Amino acid sequence: MSQLLFFNVFNGLIIGAFYALMALGLSLILNLSGVINFAHGGFLAIGAYIAYTLIPYVGFWGGLILAPLLTACLGLIVERVLIRRLYGRDPLYSLLLTFGLAFIIEDGTRYIWGAQGLQYQIPTFLQSPLSTELFFLTGYRVFMVAMVAIIVLALFLILNYTRLGLRIRAGTLDLETVSVLGVNVRVLRNLNFGLGIYMAGLAGVLAAGVLGLQPTIGDSLIMPSFISIIVGGLGSLPGTLLGGLLIGVASGVTTVFLPAASEAVMYVIMAAVLLVRPHGLFGEEGRF
Amino acid sequence: MDTVKVRTGDVIIWLLLLTAPYWLPLTGGYVELGSRVVILALAAMSLNFLLGYTGVLSFGHAAYFGLGAYGAAAMIKYYVQSTPLAIAFGVLIGTVAAAIIGPLIARLRGVYFAMCTIAFGQVFYFIAFQWRDFTGGDDGLSAWHREPLHLGFATIDILGDNKAFYYMVLVFFAAATAVMAFLLRSPFGRTLLSIRENERRARFLGIPVDRHIWMSWVISCAFVSLAGALYALLNNFVDPRALRWDQSGNFVIMAVLGGMRSFWGPLVGAAIFIVLADFISSHTENWMSFVGLIFVLVVLYFPRGVLGIIKRRVAS
Repeated sequence: MSQLLFFNVFNGLIIGAFYALMALGLSLILNLSGVINFAHGGFLAIGAYIAYTLIPYVGFWGGLILAPLLTACLGLIVERVLIRRLYGRDPLYSLLLTFGLAFIIEDGTRYIWGAQGLQYQIPTFLQSPLSTELFFLTGYRVFMVAMVAIIVLALFLILNYTRLGLRIRAGTLDLETVSVLGVNVRVLRNLNFGLGIYMAGLAGVLAAGVLGLQPTIGDSLIMPSFISIIVGGLGSLPGTLLGGLLIGVASGVTTVFLPAASEAVMYVIMAAVLLVRPHGLFGEEGRF
Repeated sequence: MDTVKVRTGDVIIWLLLLTAPYWLPLTGGYVELGSRVVILALAAMSLNFLLGYTGVLSFGHAAYFGLGAYGAAAMIKYYVQSTPLAIAFGVLIGTVAAAIIGPLIARLRGVYFAMCTIAFGQVFYFIAFQWRDFTGGDDGLSAWHREPLHLGFATIDILGDNKAFYYMVLVFFAAATAVMAFLLRSPFGRTLLSIRENERRARFLGIPVDRHIWMSWVISCAFVSLAGALYALLNNFVDPRALRWDQSGNFVIMAVLGGMRSFWGPLVGAAIFIVLADFISSHTENWMSFVGLIFVLVVLYFPRGVLGIIKRRVAS
């Protein structure tokens, strides 16, 4: 029993790390530009498929590095061509646009790579369990959690100790003032969008190693990411991170006792948080 | 000012709707297509009560649409085989669910409101998906059908006669839109408009804004669940896709495409969107890309919607 519980807590942690990784990207874009990127799941799929295509040529590690970067470049282009036109307009329009984009991306990946599930090779030393007792702890799972931890740490270092991060944080609070101080806000938003999409792409490459590849791979991850943001509080990146881990572990634990409710528990948590703290655990009143 | 023009618009729309079963086949359409347009137009107009007239962005209306549909289907399949009871039960379920969720989100605004409505909408999708014994899971509820209407003095065969069913739908559509139009002209409706235009000012005037948003939300969801119940009766079938988030997106795009600031806008949008989607999906396997493209093009080039553009032309 305790091993089963431990297994599911750890599993929940892995899933929660994914939710958090995806939600952090969404959150970055939402905080600075006020855009809910519905196509985030689509970019996740693109990242995974690009990795699938590249791995035979550059190996797993090359794919892991290159695919998210290429996805981010695509994100920069999409922002430049489409999203940029909608800043300052009712958030309704950016929602609808990214909604349509999600359709196009899903259909596009299906058109290019086919609807069947695909699988790619992960390095053999990551496939074996760490020990016979903890058979469920394959190297790949530990590796994924480590990767997510590294990326999240890197993100927080970038935001806190670089000029770009400083500007993103300042812009989140008051974009107009940042603009008046001579920062090119267009470029800032563009880079910020790219950064968010980079994280989606990375989540895709990692997730595909476990879940396999399908055009709808992002679908099961997008709603939990929304919930992570709502639970953590809009405008707070640490809140988003915590929210993701919280609902991941909660749904993992629920799997042990009541498997059918493992999805529902996330929504129960969200409802409870909204009831007690309408702006999320770490959200500030009046920002949204 | 231009009340006369608005009246002519109303007359044209009602004439077209009343005669639809007779002219639709001539244009290559069919009566069920007309019923579908009217039902989804009702859903989009209900959404627009909240979106266009209260200024609150809901992206989760499919949940209440789907609840109405499941309520109607379950009533006929499991309890009483009666069409009016099925509709009443569907509306009841959808409205109660909206009234419970409402207080949780009525305090929120803008993108935050949108996100929470999306997320809460998915709850019902999962319930429909997981609760196999009652909802049939992924396969949905089938093996039931709408029942003929017994009016006491006569029986109307809405099951076999498509035209009869269309006119029943149209009666509900007329009643629902009349109530909405009446509400929008009442002091309550004016208050909703004032919240849309300037929420802070409305608050300073002593209007309980959150409670008004909650009321508008419940009214809007009640009508959308009516549309859902009719939709289930139209298809004699319901499955979880009726309450998935992409259905919510469809309602929003219908409202925007037709014109959010016009009463009849969502009807026009629904007609264009459904006919277009119908055409596309029968001609290409990649219909999703084209539907996505409609979203992108509407946002970039027709943000005011068809009626919004016409109004502008007429005004200038």
